[in-house]
Parts: sequence; structure tokens; C-alpha cells
Amino acid sequence: MLNFFQLILIYAGIYAIMAIGQNCITGYTGMLSLCHAGFFCIGSYATAIICKTFGLSFWFSLPVAAIVSGFVGLLIGIPTLRLKGDYLCIATLGLGEIIRNVATNLNPVGYNSIPRATLFGYQFASRNKLAFIFLIWAFVLIFYILFQQLAHSRLGRAMIAVREDEVAAQSNGINVTKYKISSFVLGAAVGGIAGCLQTAYTLTVQPGSYTFMVSVMVLCTVVLGGMGNAKAVILGAVIIQFISYLPQLTGLTNVIPAQAKQIIYGLLLVVMMLCRPQGILGRDKYRYGDPRTRKEKLHDFFVHPRKAKGGKV
Amino acid sequence: MDTITLYMQYIVNGLTLGAIYSLIALGYTMVYGILKFINFAHGDILMVGAFIGLLVYNGLTGGEGAETGAWTLTAFFIAMIVSMGFCALLGMAIERIAYKPLRNANRLAPLLSAIGVSFILSNGAAWIFGTQSRRFPYPFENEPIHIGAITITPHQIVVVVVSVVMMILLTSFVSKTRMGKAMRAASLDQATSMLMGINVNRVISLTFAIGSALAAVGGILAAFDFRVYPSMGTMTGLKAFVAAVIGGIGNLQGAMIGGVLLGILEAVGAPLLHIPNGMRDTVAFAVLIIVLLVKPDGLLGKNEREKV
Amino acid sequence: MRILDTEHLTREFGGVIAVNDVDFHVEKGLVTGLIGPNGAGKTTLFNQITGVDKPTSGKIIFDGKDITGLPAWKISRMGIARTFQNIRLYKELTVVENVMMGLHFKVGQDPFHHRFSQAVKSYIFAGRENREVYRRAMDWLSFFEIEAHAQDFAGSLPYGKQRELEIARALAAEPKLLFLDEPAAGMNPAETAHLMEVVDKIRGLGVTVVLIEHDMKLVMNICDNITVLNFGTKIAEGTPNEIKHDKNVIEAYLGKEEDE
Repeated sequence: MLNFFQLILIYAGIYAIMAIGQNCITGYTGMLSLCHAGFFCIGSYATAIICKTFGLSFWFSLPVAAIVSGFVGLLIGIPTLRLKGDYLCIATLGLGEIIRNVATNLNPVGYNSIPRATLFGYQFASRNKLAFIFLIWAFVLIFYILFQQLAHSRLGRAMIAVREDEVAAQSNGINVTKYKISSFVLGAAVGGIAGCLQTAYTLTVQPGSYTFMVSVMVLCTVVLGGMGNAKAVILGAVIIQFISYLPQLTGLTNVIPAQAKQIIYGLLLVVMMLCRPQGILGRDKYRYGDPRTRKEKLHDFFVHPRKAKGGKV
Repeated sequence: MDTITLYMQYIVNGLTLGAIYSLIALGYTMVYGILKFINFAHGDILMVGAFIGLLVYNGLTGGEGAETGAWTLTAFFIAMIVSMGFCALLGMAIERIAYKPLRNANRLAPLLSAIGVSFILSNGAAWIFGTQSRRFPYPFENEPIHIGAITITPHQIVVVVVSVVMMILLTSFVSKTRMGKAMRAASLDQATSMLMGINVNRVISLTFAIGSALAAVGGILAAFDFRVYPSMGTMTGLKAFVAAVIGGIGNLQGAMIGGVLLGILEAVGAPLLHIPNGMRDTVAFAVLIIVLLVKPDGLLGKNEREKV
Repeated sequence: MRILDTEHLTREFGGVIAVNDVDFHVEKGLVTGLIGPNGAGKTTLFNQITGVDKPTSGKIIFDGKDITGLPAWKISRMGIARTFQNIRLYKELTVVENVMMGLHFKVGQDPFHHRFSQAVKSYIFAGRENREVYRRAMDWLSFFEIEAHAQDFAGSLPYGKQRELEIARALAAEPKLLFLDEPAAGMNPAETAHLMEVVDKIRGLGVTVVLIEHDMKLVMNICDNITVLNFGTKIAEGTPNEIKHDKNVIEAYLGKEEDE
């Protein structure tokens, strides 16, 4: 039981990171991309090749995974991001499958027994789940802070303008193409890092595990929590993983069919769109115009938690 | 066999394939014409159609071992009609439940909802029927017929004949009947047709019903070649979508031409370019993306621009 | 002194000529009206100049520079701002955020830094930059007297206020030239009167204004110059008085006006 809770936390963390990337693409900039599984795949393969084939450190593979999938994101993004909504969705779906096909043809059996990650002499072994929970959620926290900062900066605002109305955004001097591509590359890079972390945990890479379903799951995570809201997306990841491990948690693995969770994801997408398109937590509640500096905000957060909550002027 | 006859053979095979793509592409194109949105679940409806057809056919004839004859052929057509009816209802229900409430929502909403529906259908089928693939038995003697050096199987003839009949029916429905005219009007301008007294909701329901019924036929015909399994709709559906785009999405004739063109291209192109089996899907996706990028308006489509 | 000239500007849409060989001139510091019956090509002309759409042939000279065919965002950065006929606000964002978008390239751009390092700087010092952007956005809101609505969603504002907010967003970029596409459309007389004051105030800021408008009273009152388009062709230009008495205009335009 505890075992499964720990597993849920680990995978929720990995999916939260992926969802933060997808949220950058879909939530901020409003592009419905369906190839996050592809970036996840590239990150995993990059890590496997660097750690196993070249015998280099996991910590070195981390930026490489980000750069490689970001670069693939750039290659994909430059031609496809001109496409509008539905077409972009289908083109990226195709690209995700191409990435997986290429990976399968490259190495049909995948990689096994990849060397473990170490930190200050400590070895991250898969059986020590607690260490992984700390490692992965540290990354979740880092990406949460980084993307929160992005969303509330000039750059993030420009992305949101593109989501809301491309023509108006152009007329406000926003280079729509540049922001679309940047946001796509950023999202892709974060997806790659999620793949890297997953490889560090499982120590195996199999091409079969990067199907379209993963992309839909990530999309579902973002929609469930609330598009454009980083906090909500992390909550979404926890819920999605909880659903995914429900059969094991309840001990009903024999009763609940394997497809049940996928059906639930599909239902979630439809029901959320019908009843609560803004997601469980809804939009980002951030309001500009808080005259306090960051230092004062932190002070309020820790010293007067109540005042910090109503940080509206 | 010399090269020319070999390619003639490929073209015949491609024509069969193309007829199936056309039937399915029609559904995409009809829905796009009216709602300006891509029905992601269309591919899965064809899968449901194939399963229902198979179940009914096996129920009537006792399945694989049945002696082919007049009864199996009748059973095949009954199965097709039942499956068409079922899918028409399914398509209408999906539209009513998952798309209609989102007609005025954010542009991403119906797309996400459609992805959800597609996921429910394909995984629901996997749950009910299992993931293994099944053969659709031929309801007639499938002895190949030799015309010169070219081989044609009766099932290919059935596929082409059924598709052509369906397309003729659809074309005359759209151009001759009142409801068909209403459909065309609604695809040109929804608001104005509403003012003209056309019940747009009914037209949309009907569009989904017809599109889904055609998908059911396409699914059953595809089942001869591809077998029946829960994820059969994904790849076939995507290729049919490409066909619709090639022809110019929103255009009925375009979808028919695009389907046949794609079928022949696929049947001739793969051996011509020596594409290995493992890479077929990759190439198909690459073609899809190239078509979307280079010719998103298709052969017969009109260029739509946003009014500023 | 002229701030904007178009030379033989033409735009065809698959055989239909929407703008035909138009030489459109705008004098610096004045308010120029662009009028003409529906479908005369006024908005199309705006779209060509602001880069939303590209002309088939002809030239656009702004402030001595050829801007023909440049992307909209570049033209916007050179000092041309606009509003839209069918209001294009970021409806699901707050009023103040809308104006902040207008300030996109006004704050955080440092001519001594490369673009990428500017972006990094904007990211790292977002808090400081945001306060500056917010302050300037609020100034614009008080200029239009809508600061009380700052934290409301733009889509929830009454129609007249939405039009003004769109003007505020455009002005926030401190343009040299401001295009208003039917700013009074759908406004009640009180709102229109207020709009006239607003346009006067904008002129006071030294911004050159070009406006498309069907409300003749408004056009005749506030415009210094008027250009008339009909079927994509320029049929007259001059002061309101000259236009009022122009034979072509009366035939093509004012005659029609009485029927409506």
C-alpha cells in the first residue's frame, strides 16, 4: 500500500514536470500539441545513451536531454506552428508517432540496466523510493517557480496574448511566431527532462512506453488541473496518477480492466470540457498591481499568511 | 510479370484502398464543412462499425465456417445496414453530448472533447472485445479472377461497387433533396441559414448520422483487408483525414478524389520507393505533415481567411 | 509635413479589387478621416498599412521609411498602432493586463542589449519590470477615466468602455500614428460625445490620428482632413468643407446616406 503511494508520488512528479511543459505550450500560448510523449521519449533515450553507451554521469545527461528535445522541438516547431488549431493538433500527433517509430527502428529492444544516478556519493537505487520522491519533487518545485516567474513576466504575458488573439497580439508589437516557437521549445525541453528523470528511476528505456496515450494523459493532466495555471497542473498530475494506480490501491487489479483508466481519461476530457473547461482550480488568480516587493511578499507569506493570500490591492 | 502489369496490379489494389478512404474521408469533410472542426472520434466510429458488422454477421451465419452462398451475402448486407444504423445513432449521440454544448466555447474545447471521445471508444472496445484482431470472413467465394495478368478478387469488386453506390446516393441526396440543400446552406453560412428557417441543429445531427453511417461501411469494407481490432480506426482514420485534406477539406467531391488518389499513391508508392514495412507508418505521417504544410487548402478547397 | 503616404496601393482578393491604386496621405499632427460606403475598402486599406495583410502592389511610406510588406509586429514597433472594427480585446484578461500588453515593447527594451539578453533580463527582473508596466498602464487607464475597472475582465466592460480600452491599449505603445477603425460604431450619443473628447485629448498628445467612421457629424466635427473611398478607389480628399460640397462624394456617398 505504502509502496503504491510512493509510486504515485514519483510518477505524479514526473507527469507534473511534463504537464508544466505542456502547460507552457497549451496553457500559455494556446497551441494544442499532441507530441509530448515524443519529447519524453527523446529525453529518456538521450539519458540512456549518455549514461549507458558513453558511461557519463546522470547530471550531465540532464541538460543534454533538455537541449536535445528542445532542439527537436525547434525543428518540429518552425514548420508546423504556422498551422492553426486542428491542423497543428494532427500534425503534432503525427510527429509524436514519427519520433516513437524512429526510436523503435533505432533500437527495438531499448536499453536495460542503465547506471544509477549519484549525488554526493549517494546512489539513487530504484528500491529507495523516498530518495526519488525528494529528487523528483525538488525538480517539480524548481520548474514550478521558473514557470510561475515566466507566466508573470513580459515574456509570459506575450505568450498569453498570442493565446487570446493572435491578430491583436501582432498589433501590440508581439512577434507571434517567435513566441510560439520559444514556448514550444521550452515545453519540449521540460518534457525531455521529465524523460531523463523517469529513466533515472526505472533504469530501462523501452520504445513501447511512449505511445500516443502518454501525450493524451499529459494533456488530460493539464486540462484537469486548469490550463495556464502551473499550480493546478501539478494537482492534476497527482489526481491522474492516483486514478492510474487505483486498481492496485484498492486491490481490485483482477476486477478492473486494464482499459479502465484510459476510459476514465477520455471521460475526464469530455466532462471537464462540458462542465468545467477552466479546470479544477481554474485560471491563474494572479493579479498585477501588488505594490509589495518580492522580499515583502515572502515576509508576508511566512509571517502573516492570511494577508499574503489576499495580496490584491 | 513485367513491370507495367505489376504496377497495373498495384493501381487496382490502390483503387480498392482508395474507395475505403473516400468513404471515411466524406465523414471528416462533411463535419468540417458545417462545424469547422475535425471530428477526432471519426476513426473510432469506423472501428465500432466494423465490430458491429462482424458481430451481426457472425450472429446470423455462425461465423467463420459458414458455407458461402446467397444467405451469407444477405447476412452481410443486413450486417452492414444494422451497423450503419447503429453508427448513425452513435454519431448523433456523440454530437449531442460531447460537441453541441461546446459550439460557442473556446476553439480548443470541442477538439479536446473529441480526443476524449476517441479515447473512450477505442479503449471501451478494447475492454469489451479484447485487443486481439479478428478476421472478417468473406461472405462469398473469394476466388481471384484473372484479367490478363492482373488479378482481381471479388472482395475488391464488392468494395468498389459498394463505395461507388454510397457516394452516388450521398451526392444525389445532397444535391436533390430539401435536407441536402439545407446541409449545403448551413455549411456556407450557419447564421443566415438559421434566419432562412433551416433547423441547423437538425442539419448538424443529420450530418453526423450520415458521416458515421458511411464510416461504418468504410469500417466493414476495411475489415476485409485490415482485420478488426480496437485501434484499427486510428491509422485508417488518419489516412482518410489526409485524403480529406488533399481533396480540400469541406468539399465532398474533393474527399472522394482525395481518397482514391491517396489509396493509389500508397499502393504504388510504397513498393516503388522500397519503403520497408516498419517505416510505412512513419512515411504516412510524414506525407500527412507535408500535405498539411504545403497544401492545407487541398486540390478543390477554397482559401479561407480570418476577417479582421 | 506628411507622416504617411501610400503610392498606388492595390489589394486584390482573387480577382476582386478591394483597394485600387490608392494614394492616401496623412499630415502629421492632424486628424484624418477615411470615409466611404460599406465595402469601399477602408478597413482593407488599414490592414495593408498596419501589416495585418500584404498589398498586391504599391508602396507604403511611413515617416520616410518604406514599410511595405513588413510584418505587423514590426510596423507596430515603428510607431503605428490600431484598433479593430470588431473589437479585439483580450477578453479573458483584466482591463489593466490588456493595457500592459500594449506596453509590450515599451518597457524592458534596452537598445544597448541584444534581444536575447533583453528577454533574459525581463525574465529575471520581472517583478521590477511589472511594477513599472503596471504603473504606466494605470496612467493610461486614468487618462481614459476607467481606472476603477482595472481589475475587471475586459469582456465584462460595457461596449463603449471596451472601445475606449482598445484605444488605451493602442496608445500605450506611444505610437506616432493611431488608426481607429469605426470607433463610434454601436455607441450611444453620450458615448460618442465622450469619444470626441477623447480623440481631442489624443490629438493634444501630439499623436496623428486616422479614423474610419460612418457617423458624419463626428467626422465633420473632429477631422482636419478627409479622404473618401468608393469601390476601392479614392474619389476625393480635402477639408470637411470641401468634402461636403464635392460633387463626386455627394453622388457616391451622401446620396446613399439619405436612403439609410
